[in-house]
Amino acid sequence: MDPLILSRMQFGANISFHILFPTITIALGWVLLFFKLRYNATNDSAWMRAYFTWVKVFALSFAMGVVSGVTMSFQFGTNWPGYMEKVGNIAGPLLAYEILTAFFLEAAFLGIMLFGFRRVSNRVHTLATVLVAGGTTVSAFWIIALNSWMQTPAGFEMRDGVAHAVDWWAIVFNPSMPYRLVHMLLASGLTVSFLISGLSALRYLYGDRSESMWKALRTGVFTAAVLIPIQIFAGDQHGLNTLEHQPQKIAAMEANWNTGPNVPLVLFALPDEAAKENRFEIAIPDGASLVLRHSTSGVVPGLNDFPGNHPPVFPLFWSFRIMVGTGLLMLAVSWSAAFFLKRRHSLPKPLAMLMVPMALSGWLATLAGWYTTEIGRQPWLVTGVLKTADAVGPVAGSHVALTLAIYLILYALLLIAYLGVLVHLALKAAKDGDTSPLPGVMKAAMSQPAAGE
Amino acid sequence: MTFDWPTALPLIFAGLMGLAILIYVILDGFDLGIGILFSVAEDAEQDTMIAAIGPFWDANETWLVLAVGLLLVAFPLAHGVILTALYIPVFVLLVGLILRGVAFDFRAKVPSGKKHRWNRIFFLGSVIASLAQGYMLGVYVLGLDVGIGGMAFGALVAFCLAAAYAAMGAAWVIYKTEGALQKKAVLWLRTALVLTALGMAAVSLATPFASPRIFAKWFVWPEMLYLSPLPILSALLFFWLWRQTFHLPKPDDRHAIRPFLTLAAIFALGFAGLAWSFYPFVVPDRLTIWQAASATESLAIILAGTVVVLPVIIFYSFYAYRVFGGKATDLTYD
Repeated sequence: MDPLILSRMQFGANISFHILFPTITIALGWVLLFFKLRYNATNDSAWMRAYFTWVKVFALSFAMGVVSGVTMSFQFGTNWPGYMEKVGNIAGPLLAYEILTAFFLEAAFLGIMLFGFRRVSNRVHTLATVLVAGGTTVSAFWIIALNSWMQTPAGFEMRDGVAHAVDWWAIVFNPSMPYRLVHMLLASGLTVSFLISGLSALRYLYGDRSESMWKALRTGVFTAAVLIPIQIFAGDQHGLNTLEHQPQKIAAMEANWNTGPNVPLVLFALPDEAAKENRFEIAIPDGASLVLRHSTSGVVPGLNDFPGNHPPVFPLFWSFRIMVGTGLLMLAVSWSAAFFLKRRHSLPKPLAMLMVPMALSGWLATLAGWYTTEIGRQPWLVTGVLKTADAVGPVAGSHVALTLAIYLILYALLLIAYLGVLVHLALKAAKDGDTSPLPGVMKAAMSQPAAGE
Repeated sequence: MTFDWPTALPLIFAGLMGLAILIYVILDGFDLGIGILFSVAEDAEQDTMIAAIGPFWDANETWLVLAVGLLLVAFPLAHGVILTALYIPVFVLLVGLILRGVAFDFRAKVPSGKKHRWNRIFFLGSVIASLAQGYMLGVYVLGLDVGIGGMAFGALVAFCLAAAYAAMGAAWVIYKTEGALQKKAVLWLRTALVLTALGMAAVSLATPFASPRIFAKWFVWPEMLYLSPLPILSALLFFWLWRQTFHLPKPDDRHAIRPFLTLAAIFALGFAGLAWSFYPFVVPDRLTIWQAASATESLAIILAGTVVVLPVIIFYSFYAYRVFGGKATDLTYD
């Protein structure tokens, strides 16, 4: 058994599982802050009920994110020792700053945010929510900076085969970093807004017409409707940035085998890397040239320019299309839902039923997007500096295979449990509605300990 | 001797890493211990015990992330060597941490019929994580020897550490609860102390046989004299704590935090002893802290952030502990 392939599968499984949860917590922290601020401004307890419902989802997602994140930080050493040996001087400080500036902030104030409503003043509780939301975002900033540096390295020099930092500003704000960060933060916003709309739609279908359900539903739908066109624009800009810095990735995404003008936009195909051609191709003439160069005769890079040095075509071609397709579906669903909520003040049942599975559309699009960008960096781990094959450790393939199998089982079970709890929480809220025990909605400081509910 | 950064920085980071590990062992020690004690607690008691650690465990576990993070960023070479050698026990530790971390959250949110299952997973995860940590410590002390002798020694340390964590957990329950549960926790503490003492004696006897290097480091004159306060003080504290358990809980709940602080002091002394056994190696007998360290300019960048952020972290950790001070009440989200 090949430890390289197995280690790649293991890291892929691990990071795929991990990213699901930060994707939720990054934006959900800000949504919770929004609920809290609306409550502070209006004194309407329905906002606080929405907060208490969704803070549980935050807590659970945060816990899943922490435990899977710890796993990743160990895997650098267990499976990829070559990575830190070669680029540790760059990656180290970025990771250290993530832990120092973000991790502790979140973890310490999470307790106050979750359980401290009656123990601290309303103002401190709001501040804790701000700090937790800010912490998750700062955390994303550092990780995206490191990931972008691996895609488009800058600000370093090689001495004795080891990367040394020369310009930290250039390292952090490397060429692809701003695009990647914006794209990821918007993806998180979309994931959360669809999750909130979807679970609220589920409550709606179960007959819940409570104020807190409406408030959450509107928040989710309108946020999604606003964010999705921005995301489509940001994604396009990110694509142009990739074209400039990683043309081989674009060539594989478009399954374009030969460099040249008037390149069609391939809608459907089964790329065949051995034959260097697309089978069953359906394409729009000149489409890719138009999208990427804004001219029908624009020259688009092809895979023939990068022999032996381009990523695998098939997974890239398809993961990119799944991401874009999901995004277009999100556009259609969120705009129709926004229309009905705004104009008719109601939600048609078929649309609500469509919104329930769409609760997970953000996950699908995010995963597909990450596969596009990460597989698109292959065969390099750090573009032009370190090949993936040179970073793998000396661990026996059988050990990696064993742990991979157990990880996969564990992740599958946890994912089922997580989704089960989300549905359970939504249905419970639907059943109790606004008749659930009143939370302690008071403006003044609440120092008395919480009574058992 | 003049002060030069390339020499000082790795030393500073070794110290910081040691500090992070010590804080981790003390803080996550008590919540891992509470997980172990789940096996002997009733359903209602389990809820109270969870309430006693609920607001803290996340921040506690973060110290492990910092410790491993420092190893990763300050000593990248050692990080790779240690973690590839400990591949399987690290995996077991991670599975334990994953299970207990999520069980903690799931048990409060699932339908009540399924709560029991997650309580059992919380117990299992805590035991697995504690044993794995002890095993790794044992194997690491011996210089990552994974022969039969190393494995046996690792198993011994694993048992000892799990017992010590259970003692920490019991001490935390004594501090955070009252009434019947508190009385029960005193008995748990006593049992756990006996087991810890047995384990420590066994480890002390086995160490010189297992590692001539550590033996040579401790039993030479005059170091022996300078080091003697460590074991002597530990033994005295141990005895004192043992005697305290016969007088707890005291009227008006005085001194309820004392067992916890005493145990923390014992942990700190033990840790100092371990640190002496390793120094100056970060991978025993193979890599010194200077050989394994990152480039000086990278360490300097990390240090600049650390000296600003670490005091802030410690300050707001204290704040969080103060907010949730006093006896544990029912933990609710609203």
